[in-house]
Amino acid sequence: MEKWGRVLVLIMVSLFILFVGSTGMAQEIKIGVAGPMAFIQGQHHWVGAEYAAEEINAKGGVLVGGKRLPIKLIKIDTNEILNVPDAASAVERAITRDKVDFLIGGFRTEAVFAMQDVAMDYKKIFMGCGAAHPELCARVAKDYNKYKYWFRVTPINSMFLAKVDFILLGMVGKFIGMELGIPKPKVAIFAEKAVWADPIVAAAKENIPKMGMEIAGEWRPSATATDVTAELSAINASGSHIIFTTISGPLGIPYAKKWGELKIPAASVGINVEAQKKGFWEATGGLGNYDMTINTYARVEITPMTIPFYDRFVAKVGEFPTYNAGTNDAIRILANAIERAGTLDADKLVTELEKTDFYGAAGRIVFTKDHDVTWGPNFVTAVGTQWQDGKLMCVWPLDWEGITYKGAVKYKIPPWVVEKWKKK
Amino acid sequence: MIENILINGLIHGGVYALLAVGFSLIFGVARIVNIAHTAFYMIAAYFIYTFSTRMGLHPLFAILFSIALVTAIGMVVYQLSIKPIQEHEITVLIVTIAVAMVFQEIVLLIYGGHFRGNPSLLTGFIQILGVRVSYQHLLTLIMVFFVLLLTWWILFKTRLGIAIRATAQDREVANLMGMNVNQVAMVTMGIAVMMAAIGGVLVAPLSVVEPYMWLHPLVMVLAIVVLGGLGSIKGSLAGAFILGFTETLVVFLIPLGAFLKGAFSLMIMIVVLLIRPEGLFGVAFEEER
Repeated sequence: MEKWGRVLVLIMVSLFILFVGSTGMAQEIKIGVAGPMAFIQGQHHWVGAEYAAEEINAKGGVLVGGKRLPIKLIKIDTNEILNVPDAASAVERAITRDKVDFLIGGFRTEAVFAMQDVAMDYKKIFMGCGAAHPELCARVAKDYNKYKYWFRVTPINSMFLAKVDFILLGMVGKFIGMELGIPKPKVAIFAEKAVWADPIVAAAKENIPKMGMEIAGEWRPSATATDVTAELSAINASGSHIIFTTISGPLGIPYAKKWGELKIPAASVGINVEAQKKGFWEATGGLGNYDMTINTYARVEITPMTIPFYDRFVAKVGEFPTYNAGTNDAIRILANAIERAGTLDADKLVTELEKTDFYGAAGRIVFTKDHDVTWGPNFVTAVGTQWQDGKLMCVWPLDWEGITYKGAVKYKIPPWVVEKWKKK
Repeated sequence: MIENILINGLIHGGVYALLAVGFSLIFGVARIVNIAHTAFYMIAAYFIYTFSTRMGLHPLFAILFSIALVTAIGMVVYQLSIKPIQEHEITVLIVTIAVAMVFQEIVLLIYGGHFRGNPSLLTGFIQILGVRVSYQHLLTLIMVFFVLLLTWWILFKTRLGIAIRATAQDREVANLMGMNVNQVAMVTMGIAVMMAAIGGVLVAPLSVVEPYMWLHPLVMVLAIVVLGGLGSIKGSLAGAFILGFTETLVVFLIPLGAFLKGAFSLMIMIVVLLIRPEGLFGVAFEEER
């Protein structure tokens, strides 16, 4: 009897171990997509992620230790545009209740800081696809053990955004000089009053004279202003040849609309986030023609991945992908790292992610030592796009540091600017 | 620069006047502080966006449908949620805040948080005194003055106007004189909402259509009516143009501080209230009534 008792105990223990083992083994990879889902940013986070997850799942999923696991996306509505503190709570809920394995997304810098802290506390890998602030990656350098789980995929660091911004300004200045015979163009600095815009304005004041141009004035409307007719009238009166824009909010629509409608004789270049969207043409009634902005994607061959991704995104959403759609690249990078590591263990994956060299839709992605996306020729460059007769065309890089993306076209000075300033 | 300030100030002030006069009218007649006033302006902008940009309706029909629909919604809102509690002013204020929030959330649910725009009815510009003024701005300005003139005519030259002014003067006596004060209040609400709707359809092509577009004008309207004297039509008109010109002056004289234009306007309101607590036309309005 005693022998049978021992056998029974052994069977029970074996069954228990088997049960625990089978339930402890992941059946799917849960990725939390964090973003303001009622807004275009969150929508692009989600669609970008869906695109990558659908393709990976169609091939059977991600190979983890000899077994293919499908990706399951969990939507995390951070509501960060309306209420920053909601973001951290939403992410914590996704980690504790939905048991997400990884996080991707984020948009507003202040919300991403909070989400980053929550993710790091739970040792969850968080791949940022929305906030450009340098400090998010500087934290990795300062406290590697805590912040090593953070990686930024899009956009490029704001310091490099500013660099591209000035490259674009210099390019337009050169066109104005060459085509209109104006050796020292006057530049109006037009930037919304927001913290993120302040360093760009400060850099503009320092760099524009060094670039051989003259500052005509500085206009700082509120980020929520809805009519800038008065500002544009003042810029017109200042005799500016170029308007250097730094706008991320809704202001970009009335600005471009009035700029085109009043035919303000100054070429518009810089950052106008609204001009990155397909709806911009409809929203401005076509008056935003010739507005130029920095961008992450354009329908050019940045890599062989770009055009298929771009076209499928437009077909699905009816919108051009913005940098938030970088979730597409983020999921692919993560899946590759998981397959290489053969595990979902965060610490082992960090080591694999650090070795990333991936040709994504936004460019060749290689992480710096502080887990930021590398900017430069042959890496991610960002692009300069200009509206040309209803189409958002890539106008930069075009023979820059040996880089020309197939499909890029020449920048066009707005005809009314040419008409006003062309020396007879 | 003076001509720039003059023309841009008139445009800004005109749009503010359209919103502020409607707000004042319903306050004067029914003592309703309608916080949802600019939410009607917002839904009118969404209606014209839907009818004209989405459904491809002729802009003129889109404008007429939008104004009619918003006016009808305004009257239903009055009948269902304001009229039953009309005697309790603070409750009305809170309920209208709730109504505005409900509109905002419905719009957010249907259209999302995207920034939309409407094409201008007229494109191009004209040079007035060397200043470039878009045809759309000019049209807006003409429409604003036409609507304000029409409102003045209704108030001072028609039997309905007499009833509205009588109710504003003394609700109980008007009732004793055989006027149906509830009906007068409802018609006034209709006129006020219609003015907000006209503001919405006129501003939609000039601005951005988004679920929170009612908040900034609300702050400005409240500042204008307090500055002009609560309930005074004349005061609202004066207040609207004072703040419109203040904002324009700030942009032209302190371009670096353009973002402060709202703050300057509110500062002017505070200064006026310190000197004259009843507002610019507070007393004049009492006499007028």
